[in-house]
Amino acid sequence: MNFETTIGLEVHVELKTQSKMFSPSPVSYGAEPNTETNVIDWGFPGVLPSINRGAYELGLMVALALHAEITPVTHFDRKNYFYPDNPKAYQITQSEAPLATNGWVEIEVDGHKKKIGIAELHVEEDAGKNQHEDDGYSYVDLNRQGTPLVEIVSKPDIATPEEAYAYLETLRQIVQFTGASDVKMEEGSMRVDSNLSVRPIGQQAFGTKTEIKNLNSFAHVRDGLTYEQNRQSALLLSGGSVRPETRRYDPNTKETILMRVKEGADDYRYFPEPDLPPVTVSKEWIETAQGRLPEMPAKRRERYINAMGIPEYDAGVLTATKEMSDFFEATVTAGADPKQASNWLMGEVSGYLNANHLELKDVALTPVHLAGMIELIDDGTISSKIAKKVFQEIIKNDTDPAAWVKAKGLIQESDPAVLTPIIDEILDNNQQSIDDFHNGKDRAVGFLVGQIMKQTHGQANPKVVNDILLTELNKR
Amino acid sequence: MDYFKTDIEKLHHQLANGELTSVDLVQSTLEGISQIDPEVQAFVTVNTAAALKQAEAVDQAGIATDQPLAGVPVAIKDNIVTKGLKTTASSKMLANFVPIYDATVVEKLTAAGAINVGKTNLDEFAMGSSTENSAIQVTKNAWDHTKVPGGSSGGSAASVASGQVVVALGTDTGGSIRQPAAFNGVVGFKPTYGRVSRWGLIAFGSSLDAIGTLTRRVRDSVPVMNTIIGHDDKDSTTVDRSAEDLGAKIGQDLTGMKIALPKEYLGDGVDAAIVAQVQAAAKQFEAMGATVEEVSLPHTKYAVPAYYIIASSEASSNLQRFDGIRYGFRAQDVKTLDDVYVRSRSEGFGAEVKRRIMLGTFSLSAGFYDAYFKKAGQVRTLITRDFEQVFENYDLIIGPTTPTPAFKIGDKVTDPLTMYMNDILTIPVNLAGLPAMSVPAGFVDGMPVGLQLIAKHFDEATLYQAGAAFEDANNYVDQIPGGQA
Amino acid sequence: MISKADVAHVAELARLEFSDAELDQFTAQLDEILNMVDQLESVDTTDVPVTTQSVHLENIMRQDVASTPTPLNELMANVPTSKGNLIQVPAIIDKEED
Repeated sequence: MNFETTIGLEVHVELKTQSKMFSPSPVSYGAEPNTETNVIDWGFPGVLPSINRGAYELGLMVALALHAEITPVTHFDRKNYFYPDNPKAYQITQSEAPLATNGWVEIEVDGHKKKIGIAELHVEEDAGKNQHEDDGYSYVDLNRQGTPLVEIVSKPDIATPEEAYAYLETLRQIVQFTGASDVKMEEGSMRVDSNLSVRPIGQQAFGTKTEIKNLNSFAHVRDGLTYEQNRQSALLLSGGSVRPETRRYDPNTKETILMRVKEGADDYRYFPEPDLPPVTVSKEWIETAQGRLPEMPAKRRERYINAMGIPEYDAGVLTATKEMSDFFEATVTAGADPKQASNWLMGEVSGYLNANHLELKDVALTPVHLAGMIELIDDGTISSKIAKKVFQEIIKNDTDPAAWVKAKGLIQESDPAVLTPIIDEILDNNQQSIDDFHNGKDRAVGFLVGQIMKQTHGQANPKVVNDILLTELNKR
Repeated sequence: MDYFKTDIEKLHHQLANGELTSVDLVQSTLEGISQIDPEVQAFVTVNTAAALKQAEAVDQAGIATDQPLAGVPVAIKDNIVTKGLKTTASSKMLANFVPIYDATVVEKLTAAGAINVGKTNLDEFAMGSSTENSAIQVTKNAWDHTKVPGGSSGGSAASVASGQVVVALGTDTGGSIRQPAAFNGVVGFKPTYGRVSRWGLIAFGSSLDAIGTLTRRVRDSVPVMNTIIGHDDKDSTTVDRSAEDLGAKIGQDLTGMKIALPKEYLGDGVDAAIVAQVQAAAKQFEAMGATVEEVSLPHTKYAVPAYYIIASSEASSNLQRFDGIRYGFRAQDVKTLDDVYVRSRSEGFGAEVKRRIMLGTFSLSAGFYDAYFKKAGQVRTLITRDFEQVFENYDLIIGPTTPTPAFKIGDKVTDPLTMYMNDILTIPVNLAGLPAMSVPAGFVDGMPVGLQLIAKHFDEATLYQAGAAFEDANNYVDQIPGGQA
Repeated sequence: MISKADVAHVAELARLEFSDAELDQFTAQLDEILNMVDQLESVDTTDVPVTTQSVHLENIMRQDVASTPTPLNELMANVPTSKGNLIQVPAIIDKEED
């Protein structure tokens, strides 16, 4: 029996705002517990919510970037459940009329492109955090309570764990480009709930699905789904049946472990939030949100490949984040050759960032300086060896490369009128090497070049030196 | 201070011209409370020290002629939070709860120089029509201490009716200002939904709750309402309207005013003597130049079931925050998280609150939502349309406030349904969000009864105009518990 | 007709517990109330929209500007049990976290 797999992903993305979704207290990370909260976040008696327009607009931007249809008239709903990190015992969310519906992203797996549908996006408030300690108690920190979230729910189009991985990568990239969120799994600004079911090929109805929790990276999502896919298939093949379960992924064993069997659907008793009037999204507002969106990564890649001659793989790397892509384009605008700019960004710059666990925004390098350095290499002012020194300087300090190489005396000597007498003098003192050269011993050239570089303190242009040296050798 | 013989305007003149200091006024008010309230039990908390301190500050700052409330004591229903002053909602759940912020109405009254002298009793979380559901104490009707003061603003109504204060804030979700006003022979004013910020009002039915006043005189309500109305950024359901004097039409002739009298408000279940009082009132309005015609509000009989579904559903959600974790009552010796929730809530809430939570939770639960919550919301639309149709041709609706005068303490407390039906005349107004008022309309068997006036959204001015004219045409305001003023 | 089991289920959703006698009483009372509510069935509400708010407003939103948090000591003042900055509760058994 062969099976086909259906995967559903619910992705929560924290929106990057100053204040919370329904309360004006600040949104921040890493603050002392309960210090970035107010009476609204605590659900004190008598408090009321108010809608953060900025958060809603970021939600619209995400929805538009995912080609979704914006719901023109919507309202918020209450989702009722008791939990210590949920102070009102209801979450304000959108259930009946979500922010947007019917979007899609295009993914690529093994060279095959596929559209994955997005059923809906809705805006809601995040919960606080429960911490568990060994003293028999749990502890509640409400700093995160009320942080704006957009939840993105996929259609049942994802058929393999690899597609799930690609979907998440693509989604993260698009949302990252909108600027609406940091979308960092490691910081919790992107969170993934996944479910999976299998069914015999040809069967109409979906199989019984299980939910997988504790997926802290895209790799965990892929590996957890892979394990679950195999587990369910094996279960069905052995004549068993899948139960509706919530399972927990263990990254050490790459297995999923049963947490609990679901008994009936949860009853959240959704109803329209009476404290908040409805939201009407006008055409003008949609246009404003659309206007705030930058060119998306897929479009940029196409342009880099077709108009700039960048290889497809490189174009992909350059559009991994909006910051990298913007930096690349600014470097080209500042006059750098696209291919050279790309090489530097993918090579030295990325290497430096990775080695030091930094991001582009954390270093002093500017597109103008990078373009300036590339120009110095192009016009022969500096050697590629010197360029590495220059790079170390301009990535750490706000230094103009041209002025710096001049001040440091690192300008390459390329003038034959200066170099020829020096070369002649060295040849005069090294008759043995000239003889060796004529006897076909190539390493003599290397030795002579070394002598010349030593004499010029490394500033001679190696290519020019080589040309003059060969000419002079052949004269003798 | 003999509040039976004065009003806010007179007090203001005395305060402004130095005949009276706020400290004297507050002191005499506190003395009055200490004499009267042990029997009436209107106050849950008396704010003695802070009130005197506040009065001193007001005296020191001086009272200008454009500060009609400066130095005037007010009582505040105990479901409106007051920073640093215990706010119980008359529930065991909040018996020791000290709020850390002020309700917007309290902030506004304080800014206007009014002095909060204490917090008044209510049915627990404002759920009830007799104030018998208070977990703190049983408040008595000012006219007959064996009878209920009505509810849920029973403490506020009794405090005013017994002459302890000149004005008290109340809240009205299904008649909780108007019904106790009627039972106690005072004026109860409920503004249009959204006129007054609910920030700091411990929510019951969020789409129905309104803060208003209880006063002995119609005119005493005006400066208080003028002070507390207005848009509040903290309450997204407040309307943004430019400053208005709600009392602007007081004194204007009623000639040409078109008044509607719904036949459903005079039907079965309404005491014949009360019907007679309302008909007499209609004659008085005609004598003042208004026309009165019978109309129909055909969906009136569905208002009680629709209301109990909607209010209870909203309440079931609003009251979930009382979980014993961040504030309020926590049961003793809880071992598990589930104990914290279940035992704190089961021990902290009284029977009526639990009944409404149960009804509301049921109405929202899977499989029942459409038949109950949704259906009630649709019927609410029909009730609202009934009013809209009448208001196409009329300026004002009149009717009784209650079907009967105040009943005996203990009479209905074991029979929730009969208690709910007592609200039939006040509930439709909340479902439609309309402004309404109850003014004293005479006596039935020695107990006061109320005339209800209902106006269009935001047309409070017409309510005050008609209410003041009716008050002036009668001498009910001069009749006080135990005799003449 | 609401059953005792229905009432027990609703109590669980609402995090309330009742003794058996209370459950009987609540079942009878709720049944009576629901019978009254069942009058609504007779109202024709075909194509009638639901009213959730009586005064029509829309797009009441605030700018995304952060305000000062409430001081921690004030927030903690009413907390029954706490440790340091944190609110304490008996251990959450189902450690289902997101």
